[in-house]
Amino acid sequence: MSAGAVTLVALAVAVYLLKATVPLVLAGRTLPPVLLRVASMLPVALLSALVVTSTVAEGRNLVLDARVVGIAVAGVALWRRAGFVTVVVLAALATALSRALGGG
Amino acid sequence: MSGIVGRLDAEQRRILGKAATVAVSVAPFGLAFGVLCGKAGIPPWMCLLYSTLVFTGGSQFAAVGVLADGGTPQAAVVAGILLATRFVVFGVVLGDWLPPQRWKRVLAAHLLIDESMAIGAAAPREHRWFGFLAGGLAVYTVWPIASVVGAIALGGSPGLVERLGIDATIPAAFLALIWPALRGRDALAVAALAALITVVLVPVLPPGLPVIAAGAAAMLALRTPGVDGEPP
Repeated sequence: MSAGAVTLVALAVAVYLLKATVPLVLAGRTLPPVLLRVASMLPVALLSALVVTSTVAEGRNLVLDARVVGIAVAGVALWRRAGFVTVVVLAALATALSRALGGG
Repeated sequence: MSGIVGRLDAEQRRILGKAATVAVSVAPFGLAFGVLCGKAGIPPWMCLLYSTLVFTGGSQFAAVGVLADGGTPQAAVVAGILLATRFVVFGVVLGDWLPPQRWKRVLAAHLLIDESMAIGAAAPREHRWFGFLAGGLAVYTVWPIASVVGAIALGGSPGLVERLGIDATIPAAFLALIWPALRGRDALAVAALAALITVVLVPVLPPGLPVIAAGAAAMLALRTPGVDGEPP
């Protein structure tokens, strides 16, 4: 098998196991109350982290580039109660414009 | 199709709209992944398999990126796994929304990605499973197709994602999805701490791990007595 094929098979299995472990182990039982309290705040923590990594991370480097402009505009739009699609489109436009005007 | 949509309530239609928007915004990344496969010598049919069987953008880019740089399959798999470790933590959130039937859980687990988790979490409690499915299936429709198109047609389109500012749409979408939840001291404290942990750890840990560490910020919730376990 080629390198690409070996990687594909191993990765597909490993990633699926990571995704399926908790839901299958739980198998219909509800989380104990302690874990429920954590779980309710988990999306906030995880998504905040993802916002940060997808804005300023590039591999292991922190990079301030045009994406920051896009997120700043998104933040303002959200504060001004803009709709979901508007926020996303404005972020793209702001970033593209910022790059066109000469920033990475 | 309109008959189905007609039977959904207003909130569900809003969720479908978000799912569609998110799916459209991952399309350029799918195209970019197809191009990367070309660089790594992975044929379009195998590129399609990556996007349908692995179905995890971060892991796919990490693994194939290693191959494109001349790395070994072992290194590629490790890189891909590191970027998927956060799904164990996501699984905790997901487990709460899933119907009890085992076969549904087996299938649903495959659809677990950042976007499906985010859309599900942003939905009201009674629609979380619906939101998760909508997000997961919408991306599952777009992502593999975009990958194949990228692999076949876009050999030389560097910088497409950057030129259109598409790379900002992903964090913008995540921000928009948690925005309603960022109310009250607890949520804001968790978000701020998670962001801080992430910024500090990105240069220190391999990619994928800072997000898990940020999950530790959620431990704050444990210390708050009587926290209302009801995310908005």
